[in-house]
Amino acid sequence: MASKRKYRGIDQLSTRDKVIVGLMVVVPTLIVLWLVWLPAIGSVLLSFTNWDGIGPLSDIKFVGVQNYHDIATIYPPFWPAIQHNLIWLGVMFFIATPLGILFAVLIDRGVAGTRFYQSSIYLPVVLSLALVGFIWQLIYSRDQGLLNAITGGTTDWYGDPDVNLWAALVAASWRHAGYIMLLYLAGLKGVDPSLREAAKIDGASETKTFFRVVFPVMRPINIIVLVVTFIESLRAFDLVWVINKGRNGLELISTLVTQNVVGEASRIGFGSALATIMLAISSVLVFAYLRIAMKED
Amino acid sequence: MTRPQSEAEYLASIVPPSIRGVDRRTLLRGAVGVGALLGTGALAACSSGSTSSGGATSGPITGTVTLGSNQSDAVPKAAVQSVVDAFQKANSGVTVKVNTVDHNTFQENINNYLQGSPDDVFTWFSGYRMRFFASKDLASDISDVWSSSITGMSDALKKASTGDDGKQYFVPSTYYPWAVFYRKSLFKDKGYQVPKTLDDLKTLGAQMQKDGIAPIAFGDKDGWPAMGTFDQLNLRINGYDFHISLMAGKESWTDPKVKKVFDTWAGILPIHQADPLGRTWQEAAQALQQKKAGMYVLGSFVAQQFAKGAEQDDLDFFTFPEVDSTIGTDAIEAPIDGYMMSKSPKNEAAAKKLLAFVGSPDAQNIAVKADPSVIATNDGADQAAYTALQKKSVEFVKSAKSIAQFMDRDTRPDFASTVMIPAIQSFLKNPKDIDGLCNSIEQQKKSIFGS
Repeated sequence: MASKRKYRGIDQLSTRDKVIVGLMVVVPTLIVLWLVWLPAIGSVLLSFTNWDGIGPLSDIKFVGVQNYHDIATIYPPFWPAIQHNLIWLGVMFFIATPLGILFAVLIDRGVAGTRFYQSSIYLPVVLSLALVGFIWQLIYSRDQGLLNAITGGTTDWYGDPDVNLWAALVAASWRHAGYIMLLYLAGLKGVDPSLREAAKIDGASETKTFFRVVFPVMRPINIIVLVVTFIESLRAFDLVWVINKGRNGLELISTLVTQNVVGEASRIGFGSALATIMLAISSVLVFAYLRIAMKED
Repeated sequence: MTRPQSEAEYLASIVPPSIRGVDRRTLLRGAVGVGALLGTGALAACSSGSTSSGGATSGPITGTVTLGSNQSDAVPKAAVQSVVDAFQKANSGVTVKVNTVDHNTFQENINNYLQGSPDDVFTWFSGYRMRFFASKDLASDISDVWSSSITGMSDALKKASTGDDGKQYFVPSTYYPWAVFYRKSLFKDKGYQVPKTLDDLKTLGAQMQKDGIAPIAFGDKDGWPAMGTFDQLNLRINGYDFHISLMAGKESWTDPKVKKVFDTWAGILPIHQADPLGRTWQEAAQALQQKKAGMYVLGSFVAQQFAKGAEQDDLDFFTFPEVDSTIGTDAIEAPIDGYMMSKSPKNEAAAKKLLAFVGSPDAQNIAVKADPSVIATNDGADQAAYTALQKKSVEFVKSAKSIAQFMDRDTRPDFASTVMIPAIQSFLKNPKDIDGLCNSIEQQKKSIFGS
């Protein structure tokens, strides 16, 4: 770029460079095509069929938008699932993530026993969500659980469809807040202390300093936190799957896809239609994110 | 560096200068070509699974035969191993390689497993689930094993091993009945009588509630246990033939007969343990074991939650009470577990030998001894060593006129898991809207069975 010489395109490179560059482009492209685009397009195509996963591809019968029609009209778990996904996103976004940020700020200020808090809040992140589900099962079980034993209640935490989504969200938030805390803490450590000092000299309160100075400076971390929250909410799956396979008040799009595609059920076409709907919803969010990220850079 | 003014400019700025020279069209052309290559590769791979090999059966039987087993729990796993050991002892020269897979994983992957490179022999269930793979040509016809070497199996069992085309595809090994289980000591202490009719059951339930006991233990967190209650009620109210034809998708779910089943169920829900949707069957069984509940509608595997010895001896059962005297109580449920042979076994002769062996009394004696919650299918099996519960199970199954498998074995698995589980769970949440429920099931049934 620095030279004024006219750029002559690829001919300028030696053969060896061309090969290397070619490989650097082709190999990742292939991987992306093979692992992302081919399955994605395949799912979209299959969503217009009623394939049961058995037999050659030539046996597949196209049924048009039948699957989509059935999903919207006669498949009872679908609309609750959409609703639950949105609730999940809302709770992660408005409660779990701010909570994680709050933890990070508090720990960054240096409360006594910082390390203890830091490790205990981060601990759930190390556990798989499947294990988290199991741990909370011990707490939530109606007859044998800790919570009902202490309070003497008979609330059916995992079984009552009005309660179990919130119970699961507590478990998910418990883990998510720790994750966000760690990400944010790392960011906070990187903020130039002179900024805070300057704010202090100017007479800004601690709250004001955080919202007016620290928070804007942390923009890259904020975006990462935002993206992580989106991704975690959309792919929410393992926890509810462990609890009750995503039924009875815990329906999520991801669990409906799995129920239909994986396993003996093998409603590949129907499940693919659900997956396509999920893809469409994610695309909207991804698109919105890209717009924001690119506009500002 | 200045800020890019547009998205395109931003994207362009990401590309390092050294490769900016690569023409975009070249890149695109390359990608399309590669995509096409990958695509055809995938198609070829998918369609190559349909070649078959005939497999001759003549000559001495030697070599290795593979056995895919879903018996992953410690007790049944040891049972399979001891059966295999006995087989190897009897047939020197044949080695059996057992490939044990976690029970649920095996079931969930069965489609891929059978279409990939399955083991020669694999464990499976009788019922629709067996006939389905037979009709999809993913299992081998083993009628010759039945005609040449299997003896001591009742006609009902042979029928349960037969595919839609009239040929046999399955060798039964063990089975277990569904019934109403209770503790003898509890009934004796409180002076309870075994109920013969639905009214008796309701009266007994009211009495138990007065005594502070939940009459019928109930857990449906996993979705399938409540199917058993539906099956029992349908068999009592509408009889075996209607039940099987309903499961096969031939009857309408909006039929008043079906509504009557849900209606009756709603009538006895108050004497079931409350809040079943958060409780596993194990927890419900423990309520029975701790005498917090009086009865439990489940398979005889409920005994697994009871200590061996005195506690298991205290466990007894009776058939689900009569609802309609014209229908009676001679239809029961007893799911059969057994073995099948995959589509193109590598060692067909040894596989057939193994199948004949697992159906024999000797093999079943070993299997039943290792896992006393089930009973042998072969009449020749030695019943002297049976526990009281096993002996009663044998009598119970023998006296039944017709034997159903279980909802998820008698109907399409996709219908059972994606329609019936949510439907029954929503019924348990809201037992009032039976019309809406039946309409919803019927609409989904048409969509699934019609495809």
